[in-house]
Amino acid sequence: MISASLSMLPAAIINGLMYGAIYALVALGLTLIYGVLHIINFAHGAMLMLALYAAFFLFHLFNIDPYFSILIVTPCAGIFGYMIYRYGIGPLAKGKDQNILLITLGLSIIIENGALFFFSGDQQTVNLSYGFEAFDLGFMYLSYPKVISFFAALLMCAILWAAMSLTDMGRAIRAVAKERQGARLVGINVERIFAVTFGIGIACLGAAGCMMLPIFYVDPYTGNIFVLVAFTIVVLGGMGSVVGALVGGFIIGITESVGGLLLGESLGQIGISLIFILILIFRPTGLFGSKV
Amino acid sequence: MTNFRNHLYFLLLGALALIVLPYFISSRFYIDVLTLIFFTAYLGQSWNILGGYAGQFSFGGVMFFGTGAYVSSILLTTFGFPPIFGIFLAILGGAFLGLIVGYMSFRSGLKGSYFALITLAFAELLRVLANSVEFTGGGVGLFLTYAPGLSNLQFESPVGFYYFALILMFISIAIVYWLESSRFGAQLVAIRENEDAAEALGINTLKCKIYAIMIMGAMGGAAGTFYAQKYLYLDPPIAYSIHLSVEMLLVTIVGGMGTIFGPLVGAFVLHTVNEIARHFIDTPGLSLIVYGLILIIIIGYLPNGLIGAFKKKEKKSDSTSLDKKTSRGDS
Repeated sequence: MISASLSMLPAAIINGLMYGAIYALVALGLTLIYGVLHIINFAHGAMLMLALYAAFFLFHLFNIDPYFSILIVTPCAGIFGYMIYRYGIGPLAKGKDQNILLITLGLSIIIENGALFFFSGDQQTVNLSYGFEAFDLGFMYLSYPKVISFFAALLMCAILWAAMSLTDMGRAIRAVAKERQGARLVGINVERIFAVTFGIGIACLGAAGCMMLPIFYVDPYTGNIFVLVAFTIVVLGGMGSVVGALVGGFIIGITESVGGLLLGESLGQIGISLIFILILIFRPTGLFGSKV
Repeated sequence: MTNFRNHLYFLLLGALALIVLPYFISSRFYIDVLTLIFFTAYLGQSWNILGGYAGQFSFGGVMFFGTGAYVSSILLTTFGFPPIFGIFLAILGGAFLGLIVGYMSFRSGLKGSYFALITLAFAELLRVLANSVEFTGGGVGLFLTYAPGLSNLQFESPVGFYYFALILMFISIAIVYWLESSRFGAQLVAIRENEDAAEALGINTLKCKIYAIMIMGAMGGAAGTFYAQKYLYLDPPIAYSIHLSVEMLLVTIVGGMGTIFGPLVGAFVLHTVNEIARHFIDTPGLSLIVYGLILIIIIGYLPNGLIGAFKKKEKKSDSTSLDKKTSRGDS
C-alpha cells in the first residue's frame, strides 16, 4: 500500500503543482488586498465562486470557451471589485479591522446564498471538446485543461507583477502599501488606490475562476472550499508578499495532493488547516512576510 | 439602587412569562421556534463572553458545540452513559478544548482577524478529524436512539425541550449577569478596550482571555448535548458547521455585543425575520441573504446593535454603557 503510494508520488506532486499555480493566483488577489489595504477579505471565496459561475454561464449560454472568457470575466470582476469597495465596504467599515472582516463575512453570506437562490444548489461543470485529452508523461496522464490553466495562471501572475512594477498605477499602489501618509502627501489619491487595488484583487479571482472551471465543478459552496486554502497560502507566504503567494500556492497544492495520496481522501484535507494553525502560531509573519 | 430593583422585578416578570408561556401556546410550531430562539441566544451568549466582553472575535465557535455533542453522544452510544451526566463531561470537554485553543492562539499573541481565522481553522481541523476517525461514526454520522426520559435528556413533547433550552438560556444570562458585576468581567472589558493598557495595569490578559474562551467552550459543550438529544443525529458537517459559528456572532452583533440581553434580542429578531421571510418566499438561501444584509447594515450603522440603538435614545443625558464599563475597567 505504502509502496504503491510512493510510486504515485511524482504524479501527485505534479498534480499539486498544477493546482498550486491556480491557488497562487487566488491567493495573489487576497495578499495584494491585504498588503495595500491591511484588510482581510473574507468574501474572497464567495467572489471566486461568482467568477466560476460567470465563466460557466458564458460557456453555457454563449458557448464561449472558459479560457477565452478570461478576457471578459477578468475586467468585469475588476470593475465589480472596485465598485463594491468604493460604495460598499469602504464607506461602511470606517477603517476598523474587525468591521471589515464582519462586513466581508456578511457579503460572503449574501453572495453564497444569492447564488443558491438564483442558480440552485446543483453542481455545474462544463464539457470541453478537449477536456478529456491528456499529455502522456510516461508515468502519468496530465489533462489539457490542467496544463493550460497552469500556464495561464503563471502568465497572469507575470502580467500582474509587470503591471505592479512598471506602470504608474503599480507604483502608486506600492507607494500606498509602503507608506500611506507619504503617498497622500505626494498627491496620490489613497482612497482611489484602495478601490483600484481591491478591484485588481478581485480581477485575479475573475481570471482564476475561468481557469478553474474546466477542472473543478461549481456550486454555491465552492467558495468555502477555497477560502481556507487561500488564507492558508497567504499566511504561509506572508501577508502582502507576492512571491510568498506563489511559493505558498505551490506548497499548498502539493500538500493537498500528496496528503490526499498518503492519508486518504478524507484525512488528507487535514494538511491545509494544520499548516494554517501551525504557521499562525509559530511564524505569523509567514515565510516571506516582514510584519504581521 | 431602586433602578436596579426595578430592573430585577422586570427581569423576573419576563422570566416568569417565559416559564408559563407554553401553557398558553398550543401550537407545536411556535414552541419549536421559541426553543430554537433560546438555543441560539444561549450560543450567542457564549460567543458574547469572548467576543462582546473580551473583544476577541471567533469565527469557529461551533467547535465547542460539536465537540460537546460528540462527547456525550459517543459516551451514550458506546458505553450507555446517560446524557444527564454526559452533559457535564461535554461541558468539561468544551472547556478543555477552549483551554487548548485559547492557550495556543493567545500565547502567540493572535488577535483581531488572525484570531478569527485560527478559530475557523480549528473548527475545520476538527471537522476533518471527525470525518476521518471511526469512533465518531465518520461521514455516516451517529444515530442516537429515541428513548424519552430525563436521564436521556429527551422529552416526549416539544415543551420538554422548550424548558431545557430555557434553562440553558437562563444560566447563560446568569453567567453574564455575574460577569457584569465581577472583577473578572471588568478585566475582560479592559482587555477589549485597550489590551496594552490592561496589561500595564497588572491584569494577566493571557489568563483572562483563556478563562473567557473556556467559559465559552463549556457553554458550547452543553449546547452540543442539547442538540444531539433533540435531533438524535450527528455528523461532522452538522457538528462543525460554519453556519452555526456565523449565527452565534450574528445574533450577538445584531442584538448588541457586550450586553446582557443582546444575544436574546438578536436571536428573537433574526428568527422572527427568518420565519416571516420563509412565510412569503420559501426558497433555500433567502433567509440567509437577509441575515447577511442585516449584519452589514448593523455593522455600518448600528455598531452597538439594537440594544445600543435603543439605549442611546432612552438616556441621552445619562452616561452611555460603554463609558461606565471603561471606567470600571480602569479602576
